[in-house]
Amino acid sequence: MIPDLPLWLAIIVSACVVIGSLLTLAGCLGLVRLNDFYLRIHAPTMGTSMGGGLILLGSAIYFTVIQERPVFHEIAIFVFMTLTTPVTLMLLARASLFRDRYEKALTEANKAEDVKIENQPTN
Amino acid sequence: MSHDILMWSITSAQVMLAAAMLATLYRMFMGPRAQDRILALDALYVVAMLQLIALGIRTANQIYFELAMLIGLLGFVGTVALAKFLMRGEVVE
Repeated sequence: MIPDLPLWLAIIVSACVVIGSLLTLAGCLGLVRLNDFYLRIHAPTMGTSMGGGLILLGSAIYFTVIQERPVFHEIAIFVFMTLTTPVTLMLLARASLFRDRYEKALTEANKAEDVKIENQPTN
Repeated sequence: MSHDILMWSITSAQVMLAAAMLATLYRMFMGPRAQDRILALDALYVVAMLQLIALGIRTANQIYFELAMLIGLLGFVGTVALAKFLMRGEVVE
């Protein structure tokens, strides 16, 4: 289990982990509470950038101290997350925009079809 | 003393991350459209990764870090694949 560690380390790691998980929770609650897809797509960036960054920082400090050697693995995850999150969210937003436009065009075409049928001369 | 501080804070962090996972699950099951569900799945991947890192701090074991990295990689690939699937327009209701 957890070895004996100095108090300052425990306080720093605890602060990082608790604040990070609070920010992640805030982002995911935003996912529930916001009521439009284009608003909701901003919410998880909070969890991935701020919350994830703080939790990974706490983990890096913790393992650096208890293993008595520099541990920088977490930076790899952080860099990967900050690079990939905008890409995935942009792809999702473009796909959603595409679907919205397609469905709007489809309903307008159906409406035009209905108008054409209504205006046909009846013998 | 320091052990207790760390244990309590990690436990509360795990509880908060579990609540965040429940929030994303709510959006994944109730999402009105497919893109909401995919967005919630992406957030769920990220929160599961953070949950694994918190577990790694709790047990002072670095094997969980490898799992977290795997989840991060596969989550990105999965979300990109699902977004491309939506772009094709095959899932239009």
